[in-house]
Amino acid sequence: MFDVNPQEKEISTQGYDWVTIGMYLFFVAFGFSCIYAADYKPEHASLFDWKTNHGKQLIFIGVSVVLGFIILLSEYEIYPTFAWLIYGFIMFLIFSVIFIGTEVKGAKSWFGIGGFGFQPSEFGKFAVSLALARYLSGYDIKFKNLKTQLYCAGIIALPMLITLLQNDTGSALVYGSFILVLYREGLPGYLLMMGLVMVVFAVLSLLVKPIILCVILVTIALAIVYLFRRQSSFIYLTLITVGVSCILVFSVNFVFNNVLQPHQRDRINVLLNRNVDLKSVGYNVHQSKITIGSGGLLGKGYLEGTQTKGDFVPEQTTDFIFCTVGEEWGFAGTSVLVISFIYFLWRLVMIAERQRNKFNRVYAYSVASILFFHFMINIGMTIGVMPVIGIPLPFFSYGGSSLLGFTILLFILLKLDSNRVNELQSVFD
Amino acid sequence: MSTPNSNKQITLFIIFTVVGFIYLLRLFYLQVLADEYKEFAKNNTLHNVTQYPSRGLIRDRKGELMVFNNAIYDLMVIPGKCAGIDTLEFCRLLSIDKQGFLYRYDKMRKSKGFSLQRSQVFEKQITPETFAAFQEKLYDFPGFFIEKRTDRNYRNKSAAHVLGYIGEVTDSDIVRSGGYYRQGDFIGISGIERAYEEKLRGKKGVRYVLVDALNREQGSYKNGEYDTLPVTGEDLYTTLDVKLQLLGESLMQNKVGSIVAIEPKTGEVLSMVSSPGYDPNLFIGRERGNNYMKLLQDPSKPLFNRPIQAPYPPGSIFKIVMSLIGQQEGVLTPQTTYGCAGGYNNGSNRVGCHAHGSPLDLRGAIQISCNAYYCHVFKTVIDNNKYTYVDEAFKVWRKHINSFGLGIRLGIELPQVSMGLVPKQEMYDKTYGKHHWKASTIISLAIGQGELGITPLQMANVTAILANRGYYIDPHIAKHFGKDGKPLEQFTKKNYTTVNREYYDVVVEGMADVVKGGTGIIAQIPGIDICGKTGTAQNPHGKDHSVFIAFAPKDDPKIAIAVVVENAGFGAEWAAPIASLMMEQYLTDSVKRQGLKERMEKGNLIQNTLPKDVTKDTNKGPKNNTNNKDKKQAILNQKLKLKDRNKG
Repeated sequence: MFDVNPQEKEISTQGYDWVTIGMYLFFVAFGFSCIYAADYKPEHASLFDWKTNHGKQLIFIGVSVVLGFIILLSEYEIYPTFAWLIYGFIMFLIFSVIFIGTEVKGAKSWFGIGGFGFQPSEFGKFAVSLALARYLSGYDIKFKNLKTQLYCAGIIALPMLITLLQNDTGSALVYGSFILVLYREGLPGYLLMMGLVMVVFAVLSLLVKPIILCVILVTIALAIVYLFRRQSSFIYLTLITVGVSCILVFSVNFVFNNVLQPHQRDRINVLLNRNVDLKSVGYNVHQSKITIGSGGLLGKGYLEGTQTKGDFVPEQTTDFIFCTVGEEWGFAGTSVLVISFIYFLWRLVMIAERQRNKFNRVYAYSVASILFFHFMINIGMTIGVMPVIGIPLPFFSYGGSSLLGFTILLFILLKLDSNRVNELQSVFD
Repeated sequence: MSTPNSNKQITLFIIFTVVGFIYLLRLFYLQVLADEYKEFAKNNTLHNVTQYPSRGLIRDRKGELMVFNNAIYDLMVIPGKCAGIDTLEFCRLLSIDKQGFLYRYDKMRKSKGFSLQRSQVFEKQITPETFAAFQEKLYDFPGFFIEKRTDRNYRNKSAAHVLGYIGEVTDSDIVRSGGYYRQGDFIGISGIERAYEEKLRGKKGVRYVLVDALNREQGSYKNGEYDTLPVTGEDLYTTLDVKLQLLGESLMQNKVGSIVAIEPKTGEVLSMVSSPGYDPNLFIGRERGNNYMKLLQDPSKPLFNRPIQAPYPPGSIFKIVMSLIGQQEGVLTPQTTYGCAGGYNNGSNRVGCHAHGSPLDLRGAIQISCNAYYCHVFKTVIDNNKYTYVDEAFKVWRKHINSFGLGIRLGIELPQVSMGLVPKQEMYDKTYGKHHWKASTIISLAIGQGELGITPLQMANVTAILANRGYYIDPHIAKHFGKDGKPLEQFTKKNYTTVNREYYDVVVEGMADVVKGGTGIIAQIPGIDICGKTGTAQNPHGKDHSVFIAFAPKDDPKIAIAVVVENAGFGAEWAAPIASLMMEQYLTDSVKRQGLKERMEKGNLIQNTLPKDVTKDTNKGPKNNTNNKDKKQAILNQKLKLKDRNKG
């Protein structure tokens, strides 16, 4: 199946996935053009003005691409070897930022270095991915063991908790994406389903009166129990699910009103369209929808976006960069972007599945899951189907830390992937 | 790839794809299907700035400027766009306190058509100083901007009634205009400002400006492709003569009454004075409303436009019309004579007359203004054997009267023109019963009393008919639009009376006699043949109204004039000299009889018109004159014992 002759080996050792690299460059370039457009002022049209956001982003892109290729040229072994060290170091950075970091928009997650800000939590993602991959690929590790499961949960939960302490809920939620990795590595599918069902119920319970929802639930449960009355195990599972759901339904309102912070409540209200003031809390999403919606089929043309020029959408270079695509490139642009991104994710999963060792595979799935989560939340919030969670669109959003973080994340995978042939080779040797 | 976990791989593929597909659908809806977001974006980023055209200027017949424009600045706001402004600083700039701010905001909120996204007036007509202060700080107050408009300004405190004034539109104006006007716009409310609103106002323009989230201008939209330039209103050249108008107003000061002067050949109104008048400058600026209320409550009714709105009993000037109708109906010839023994008797009806020679022919009757003569004429017209019944004859009489522009609405452009009053036979039928009335029942009509009401404009128009010997053109104020504009078409049609041309000459001669040696001697101007007729109109409000109509020169009339001075006594006492001075001014461009002019200006008759308790005749103006010639005339008038009023 893998008939590799020496001549081909020479090329295969270079065996980088150029399609992925090409897409990466496409995303970064597209992203830069959008930042330039959002930043664009006719009187300061210079591409290389380092004081502007697009100028800075150009530097970040340069640094990232260079770093990316350095990673490709690096030794494969350092990643599994130093996985724990990297994890420890990054955790330390994320933790220390709570004490010596600067506060930006209510979240204490930045180091100020010179004129630049540095956000260590953007690097937490690849650190956790490495650590998780390292742990799960260890000798005699079976995911079925409770100990293993708790260990995994611990690796993921640590940065999550620290990030929550930084008051950066958005970044903390990203670590939730590792559930997909765990699913691939053996987490039962019904847990994933139950998680999804609970989210649905949680949302429903904010919209419908809890008691009504419970009556409906119980009715459905009884119907299922009656239909499957011969399968006793199924009945228990159903009853447990319904019971948990009922508790969830009643507790959601409590959590919503007492645990969530006001701005988080607002964001959920915005999403659910519950008496929202479009001038204040609903402003951002409303303007975002207007900006994207006004793009029409083919968009207003590059640098012609009136909403973009008018700075109607706050954070348009960072979290709401997708608006620029929507307005200036229209549905043509947004659909190309969405389809490309989905294909990109598919490709990452395919890369993951072609790995011959567990370390590579777990790492690859981590990358895919993280990127998927960012993609889903970021674009979802700009088009009003997800609550506003301030996380960037990978490769597109303005920001040195995030671009660098995603580049490292992706290029380590590409490095690992390029090495799969070598590894195969070593088996034959 | 062929591992047992390929199921999970497919599951992940499905999750990614489903999310991507949902997003694509959502995007398709937002971007392609839904139009509301495009509309929102337009409202968001496009700010249409109304470009107000400047209103057309108003000039007199010689091009003299009468009404021009003044720039004013309104502070506007788009409430939906102002956020986080420093209200303290804002109030300081505007010199208002917090209450004032809230009051204005509240008032705006409650006004009709309020919308968060539409611009509305926050403060009207801010002072130039406030404007300057605001202009610099405007970027601090997103949502606020300043709109420049023009208000009127008047060269002279003159012709207020004719010019009219502009003011803010009402809700019904906005509805009627189909949305052309917006709250706070100006519209012509009276006079020619109203009559020619659409030509004077021009056309508003719109400039589309791109604005950012803080409402700062980002330049024009698509290089101004959709902008429309305002079209300046057309300049209106009126038929008025400013000098004549000013003289008329000066002569009428402290009197109540009207002057209307018409160029007979064209129907152009040379002057139209309503006294007491008001300063048109009261209707500009922020005090507009208050001043209006003050004028409205003034007991002397300065807002009432007497020349077109006040019907008076015409008195003896009506005899002119009777002379013409009598001839046309074949019951009167220039040679017809009637005797007068101090009046006209018919049963219990007696119409008094003053002492004069008897009998008189037609010319003599006009010259002397014999009441008895016209009672006879009226009786022959109404009791004419040609017609079976009195009411038939009366109908014919009325038709003649109407053809003189009496009892009908003249075509002048001004709003609220009175038709005057010419009774219909139905009215008499109602009062006396059908066929139970005859000429003697309504004999007071013969001498312009009774149920007759004629506005000064109609009087002047009748005079113009005499000057034209048989026709009139609808009197009007607008000569043309633009410097070299054509005369307005609707004012070229000649309206002929039902009296033939040949009957006029003798009446005109009679009128000439009035001034040469009759009741209107005082109206004489050396070197100019004047035809006139005095009138002294009895009225229930106190002293008689002094009325005079005249045209000159006799053979090529350039001006026809009617003067009414309320509660002033004989026609010759006030109205005739005023008319004479007006004609002198218009025909010779100067007034040589300064003494007479001064006497007229000084005459204060206003207390005659006030409620009864102030009827003490303190006005002895005419006797204080210094001019010799005037004195002589006054004595002459006394000798003639002008008393052309009835006692019935």
